[in-house]
Amino acid sequence: MKCTVCKGPAVMDVRRHNAAFCSEHFLRLVHQQTQKAIDDFDMIRKGDRVLVAVSGGKDSLALWDILLKLGYETDGFIISLGIGEYSKESTQTAQQFAADRNLTLHVVDLPEEYGYDIPNGSKAARRTPCSACGLSKRHLIDKAAIDGGYDVVATGHNLDDEAAVLFGNTLRWNVDYLGRQRPVLPARGGFPKKVKPLVRLAEREMAAYCVLAGIDYIVEECPMADGNKHLGYKAALNAIEADSPGSKHAFFFEFLAKAAVRFEEATDGDDVPEGLGTCTQCGSPASGEVCAFCRLVELANRPIPVRIGKTKRLSESPS
Amino acid sequence: MIIHLRNPRRNVEMAGPAPVHAILDRLDIHRDTVIVIADGTLVPGDTMLADSAEIEIRPVISGG
Repeated sequence: MKCTVCKGPAVMDVRRHNAAFCSEHFLRLVHQQTQKAIDDFDMIRKGDRVLVAVSGGKDSLALWDILLKLGYETDGFIISLGIGEYSKESTQTAQQFAADRNLTLHVVDLPEEYGYDIPNGSKAARRTPCSACGLSKRHLIDKAAIDGGYDVVATGHNLDDEAAVLFGNTLRWNVDYLGRQRPVLPARGGFPKKVKPLVRLAEREMAAYCVLAGIDYIVEECPMADGNKHLGYKAALNAIEADSPGSKHAFFFEFLAKAAVRFEEATDGDDVPEGLGTCTQCGSPASGEVCAFCRLVELANRPIPVRIGKTKRLSESPS
Repeated sequence: MIIHLRNPRRNVEMAGPAPVHAILDRLDIHRDTVIVIADGTLVPGDTMLADSAEIEIRPVISGG
């Protein structure tokens, strides 16, 4: 297989573009596709301070690397989630990435600073691990961005992620979610601007980028992701993509071009609920008196009641 | 050839030479869900791998 650009030996085939690339031209393609997404959706302006939400996985570390190479001013942010060795290795990998490049990485240790980890916190709050994890990440990333005066938060969601979310929302016709599924969420109501610069790139391309750019990342899947609905949606979409390369790209980008606006109109395109107030405990935006994150922290730190059953009198042993 | 797989980690032996896409088909692995690294280098689907090759089939799908 030859590189579509220079006809040298290819290292990566991209079926939806009916093309293959050598290392140099594949890296260039990834940079170009990221810059195109940033420009098309007005994600980041020159001079913006960007907070990159990293996990130690391929997408977020690749994103940080790409944004640096495109000349953006970036710092990183990671939450150590307390999921055993997986979290330790993920945090260490991100720290090594930052240290090697002399970058600033903000680290929040969930068990140390908030008194819970994802396995126990999710049980205490009766949420799935992915739900407790998502809630914790959203809150702490927003807080770090606002407190640190960053102009924009960048996340490593790729084309496969966005197509899978769209697939799930379409299966259930979740009109509210469909009205908010955009690569950019503007700053509003105490929330920072959030952008997804990798939406034009597939998951496989991000893994290939890391290998070719020499980025060490955590390959293992989160041990708590087993049974995650999005993995099922991705499998379904990959089955379609196998017979019809480009289907995922068309599904997501044709939605943005032709349908998203209809759902935005139906929901006013606003993902900030009406009457949003301020959490009495942390000051973050909240629909009730206390925000969902502070409720999670409270439940996760609540003492576990000791169950006291009926006492049995020990029968006297025969003498 | 020796093939390193993940999730769970295990090794499989297979006779070569064989092209990458044929190896993936024999292991029933969808090509969009992995990258293939042979002797430390990323390789596309039509690459013919020698019987002596050592390859890693690395999953790329994450729960998100």
